[in-house]
Amino acid sequence: MRNKKAAFEKLVYGIFLLLGLVTVGCVLLITVYLVIAGLPAIREIGLRQFLFGKVWASTAAEPSYGILPFILTSVYGTAGAIALGVPVGFLTAVYLAKLAPNGVKAAVGTAVSLLAGIPSVVYGLVGMIVLVPAIRKLFHLPDGASLFAAILVLAVMILPSIVKMSVTALEAVPKEYEDASLALGAAPVETYFRVSVPAAKSGIAAAVVLGVGRAIGEAMAVMMVCGNVANMPALFGSVRFLTTAVAAEMSYAAGLQRQALFSIALVLFLFIMLVGACLNFFLKRDKEGAK
Amino acid sequence: MKFGKRILSLGLMGALALAALTGCGSSGGTVSTDGSTSMEKVIGALKENFESENKSISVTYNPTGSGAGITAVAEGSCDIGLSSRDLKDEEIAQGLAGTVLAYDGIAVIVNPENPVADLDVETIGRIFTGEITNWRDVGGADGEIVLIGREAGSGTRDGFESITGTKDSCKYRQELSATGDVITTVAGNPAAIGYASLAALKDNVKALTVGGVAPSDETVKDGSYPVQRNFVLVTRDGEALSPSAQKFFDYITSEAAAEVIRNAGAVPVK
Repeated sequence: MRNKKAAFEKLVYGIFLLLGLVTVGCVLLITVYLVIAGLPAIREIGLRQFLFGKVWASTAAEPSYGILPFILTSVYGTAGAIALGVPVGFLTAVYLAKLAPNGVKAAVGTAVSLLAGIPSVVYGLVGMIVLVPAIRKLFHLPDGASLFAAILVLAVMILPSIVKMSVTALEAVPKEYEDASLALGAAPVETYFRVSVPAAKSGIAAAVVLGVGRAIGEAMAVMMVCGNVANMPALFGSVRFLTTAVAAEMSYAAGLQRQALFSIALVLFLFIMLVGACLNFFLKRDKEGAK
Repeated sequence: MKFGKRILSLGLMGALALAALTGCGSSGGTVSTDGSTSMEKVIGALKENFESENKSISVTYNPTGSGAGITAVAEGSCDIGLSSRDLKDEEIAQGLAGTVLAYDGIAVIVNPENPVADLDVETIGRIFTGEITNWRDVGGADGEIVLIGREAGSGTRDGFESITGTKDSCKYRQELSATGDVITTVAGNPAAIGYASLAALKDNVKALTVGGVAPSDETVKDGSYPVQRNFVLVTRDGEALSPSAQKFFDYITSEAAAEVIRNAGAVPVK
């Protein structure tokens, strides 16, 4: 009887281990594949020329594969989205976690969840049909598809992850901290910003990093509003992101062009790994701080 | 028009009746086609008609783009590749053969609000290379010209650029990855000019006449409309197709299929 139980335990353990390994295996497979597929083109083009070349003309008679415009666009676009999205998301989170009456909190919470569930192609479509013409008229530009349009779309897209994670972090702050602050005579809003927010800062930082990850990895929505021309980034100019560079040309690419696209994917992957490492760092610090 | 439709439906009924009589004997199987997104409408219509006549054969179409379609044939992962550009020499050297299925006119499109109605090929080329940047210079209202194109590798872009002699030198403001996106963008910007397959044209944009010739079936077929290209079926040279693929190939290149191709917006060879 006991033997049977032990065997069953072992079996379940084995199944769980196997499922865990499948996930790890997928990550390993993708990493190895990207490195193998991405390195040949970098070797052929030259790392310096690939990363710092300013001209991308993959199908020209004399092709040129410089991805500096894509890297800078991705960095600027993400930074812009963070600059717009984080203040809005953070203050929304403080409001939801501390100030909002229950009814409002439920309603806004649902809306934020819905925002998270909207497919990115829908963001792109709305951006293309509403936002791009609006920017063209508002700023008297010949065309509205630009880095600015992409930043606006990305800022809205990262809101849900920032709001949700920040709310969770703020709600995890022990009530005693706030009670103590209030008992010492601090006003509620003062308490939230001086006590609750500093106590939750690791979680909020993690929320921001998560937002960065989402913004840097987004392709579809951005592709429909940014214009997709491989220019060096300008706020109201047509630009191409790392993600859209891969997505836009992949279906037709062949030869070195195709390999170079894999190399771009590798660079993007490294960026996202970096973001992931930052996220881990913040979460770990959070855990250590709690001890 | 109505009469034509009636004849078509009669013909279809006849074909269906024939299929019902002979259907049992035909061999089953799948025909896989892969390639040009511009050929979607044409292949979709041909597939539907073919399948209604040959119930046991199913045709698949994978819209991956001309380049991917040609690669797929070369690798043997599909039966017939679809390309909206002629095969390159190196692709023929790989052992591929092209058969022209139909002609496709590429319409040069502007916003309906734009007063410009006619440009010649040379002027279009100068506009797309950034030599002419204001609509005023070609008889339009004062305003910067916004060039809308397709992504590198697109068959439509390749066709347009090689016909207008603007290869690798177009100064696009936007590079979009679908014909529909180009049409939507041009429809939304009064200063925009773009290009799209004649087959995909909609009423929300205005097709320019090129050198005084309006893009239409007749002008594309007789060659008087200059911005046009071929829809090509790609197969492996000297290698027999599977029986069902051969049957499909014979059907779509036959005169019977011409009407279907025409209804789908392209101009059949026969």
